[in-house]
Amino acid sequence: MTDSDPAVIVRELRKSYGGFTAVDGISFEIQRGETFALLGPNGAGKSTTIEILEGYRDRSSGEATVLGTDPERGGLAWKARLGIVLQNTGEAGNVTVREQLSHFARFYPNPRPVDEIIAAVGLEAKETTLIRKLSGGQRRRVDVALGLIGRPELLFLDEPTTGFDPEARRSFWELIRGLKDDGTTILLTTHYLDEAAQLGDRAGVIAAGRLIDIGRIDEIGGAEARVPIVRWRTGGTLHEERTHEPATLVARLVSESGGEPDSIEIVRPSLEDVYLRLVGDAAAAATADLAAEAAR
Amino acid sequence: MTSSTSASANPPLPAGRTIRLGLSRIGYETKAYFRQGDSVFFTFLFPILMLSVFAVAFSTADKIGTNPDGGGGISWAAFYLPGMLAAGMLLSGVQNLGIDIAGEKGDGTLKRLGGSPLPVFSYFMGKMGMVLASAIGQAILLLLVARFLFDVSLPTEPEKWMTFAWVFLFGVVTSCVLGIALSALPRSGKSATAVVIPIVLLLQFISGVYLNFSQLPGWLQNVASIFPLKWMAQGMRSVFLPESFAAAEPSGAWDLGLVAAVMGLWLVIGLVLCRFTFRWIRKDS
Repeated sequence: MTDSDPAVIVRELRKSYGGFTAVDGISFEIQRGETFALLGPNGAGKSTTIEILEGYRDRSSGEATVLGTDPERGGLAWKARLGIVLQNTGEAGNVTVREQLSHFARFYPNPRPVDEIIAAVGLEAKETTLIRKLSGGQRRRVDVALGLIGRPELLFLDEPTTGFDPEARRSFWELIRGLKDDGTTILLTTHYLDEAAQLGDRAGVIAAGRLIDIGRIDEIGGAEARVPIVRWRTGGTLHEERTHEPATLVARLVSESGGEPDSIEIVRPSLEDVYLRLVGDAAAAATADLAAEAAR
Repeated sequence: MTSSTSASANPPLPAGRTIRLGLSRIGYETKAYFRQGDSVFFTFLFPILMLSVFAVAFSTADKIGTNPDGGGGISWAAFYLPGMLAAGMLLSGVQNLGIDIAGEKGDGTLKRLGGSPLPVFSYFMGKMGMVLASAIGQAILLLLVARFLFDVSLPTEPEKWMTFAWVFLFGVVTSCVLGIALSALPRSGKSATAVVIPIVLLLQFISGVYLNFSQLPGWLQNVASIFPLKWMAQGMRSVFLPESFAAAEPSGAWDLGLVAAVMGLWLVIGLVLCRFTFRWIRKDS
């Protein structure tokens, strides 16, 4: 394998538990140095997918290659190249922030300096505090720090900023941008679409175990999904029109009404709008499928 | 350590790191253990507390094992000391690790470690080192309390202390391995206490820790003889009780060879169970 091989290759990945299929034939690749955001509602299969790639779960079928290695057979030397920030953690935490990071740093052949990491996650004032005495957001920052301490080539971030205040989230984004500049490959899942838009190069949207769209963040959902919307009121009624030429429409409205239209706005759908529509369409399709099946 | 397929892609880790990390884990685990108030109380101080309770409760009772002429014999504190030392060995290993590791499985500690390049062996080394450190501290405290608070005379012969050392070390290591194996049993960290405590409590009652073993019915003695605690207690009695007490043992002797054999057997059983049951996480939960 060479450095130009993708960091992650997933082909027709499937995972079922008994009769329930959590991941139903997903394929994607993540290039080296890329930040890939995996989006989707709760229970869509994001965490199952990421945990298969981390080596925590075995797949039912399909292929997975992570840094050139099958995660089901990843040894310690392979794990030393990964950074994992899990979704839920609730350890007893009877060690201080500094003790925990210094201890974990020893696991890795080329760790980042502990001081540097503590500063990067903004826990300088808390470094001698027991982890169990930290707030939820502060503990989450320790999780992130533990994911970064080993200078990973590939970083898994499963809903990393849950419990962060807006300021902490901003500084976390700065931290991740710094890692991207260093060439770290990142697989991110998040419920915050603005976070995916800020950090991601590409995104995949999962619903009900299937990949319903994949592409560059600014192309997800296709060009049609990003057509601007013009909204205005006449006599208390809200009007809405999607158009490729919003300015022309506004000009026409002005000339027709002979003045400023009431509450006029031009909105370009955000990633969140596009995403909600995608997921909503997928849910509607799934419901229709179920109904058709029941009718049979 | 690495699979052959990924040897080219994954640079090998330095040799000796398993031991180095194991030593680092011992410091880390021991520090964290003594910061956990409830386990320090229920596992570490428990035998000392129980010895004090028995010693005080029977402080006005007649001596035990007196000669027909009324001389000799030992105090109840002296009589209970070996049992409490044995209980401490069992609690430090089986109860402590059984609950601790089940809890770490439940709260995500093991999941995090399993995603890191920490070898399983280093993790076990850390746990055993922590147990050994706390068990040694506990034994010293017990002996000090017995000697200075309850006036128990301790043996002066070096060979008695040699017996003490091997029974103690062998017993604690066996307890650790059994504790690690037992941690696979509770379905969640929350149920761990409910699963582990009754087992160790029952063993203590039938193995001659709280009740005089020679006064238990024969069939119960036989049942207790299957388990290692009875032998740990017997080994400790051989160190701390006068030679005349050997006659009260089921076979009329201390049987140190059997003590070693039974603990060795349980050590092997425990190792096999650990090998087959220990997982960082349940992969398909």
